[in-house]
Amino acid sequence: MFEILMILSLIILTLAILLNIYRVIKGPSSADRVQALDSIGINLIAGIAIFSVYLDTHAFFELILLIGILSFVGTIAFARFIERGVVIERKR
Amino acid sequence: MKPEPNDVILHTVSKLTAVIIFTFSIDLFWAGHHFPGGGFIGGLTTAAGIVLLYLSFDIERIQTNLPIDYKKLAALGVLISVSTGLAGMIYGDNFLEQTFGYFDLPLFGKTELATAVLFDIGVALAVIGTAVTIITSISEDGL
Repeated sequence: MFEILMILSLIILTLAILLNIYRVIKGPSSADRVQALDSIGINLIAGIAIFSVYLDTHAFFELILLIGILSFVGTIAFARFIERGVVIERKR
Repeated sequence: MKPEPNDVILHTVSKLTAVIIFTFSIDLFWAGHHFPGGGFIGGLTTAAGIVLLYLSFDIERIQTNLPIDYKKLAALGVLISVSTGLAGMIYGDNFLEQTFGYFDLPLFGKTELATAVLFDIGVALAVIGTAVTIITSISEDGL
């Protein structure tokens, strides 16, 4: 029963990622695209967590932290680019 | 006149998060002998932390507070890796031959020390230098 629930939630997360990909491609403004990319990262983290519960292992926990870090840095870079037009400033 | 940008939240969060990222990268580096991890991914995570600092502050402030020439760092890493590879040939084995031994350290007790970690240090330094050099030189260009 519990395994069926986990498989079902993995399917739902996959559907959410697909909808996010639609928003990344279609999205009217670039802020929508950045939001959708960040949301894809969060959905990937949730999927890895459920998958490691399903496989009964803790080998993927470092992967969760790593995807969180990279998604955070990427979102900050995109936000910086939208706000200032420059990713890394020479001098403030 | 453009108002002075004020990123208090970004600065505070990125100062805290950089510490967490560097700690995690050291953990990944030391885990690499028996578990997932190693020099390459440890170096990439350290580079991500340095890039986060570069993103939230500016290049000049990071260069004054962290005065590292990343090109020389990459070259030093490659030198360390190749020389640990050549050390195996000096003792009559193959290139990149690794060895390990058990030692009694005062605080840790019986500890396994391997020469693979020297090679991994070289890989990590090369990866940090290359990644940070690529990202900063891309960002400087054409603006």
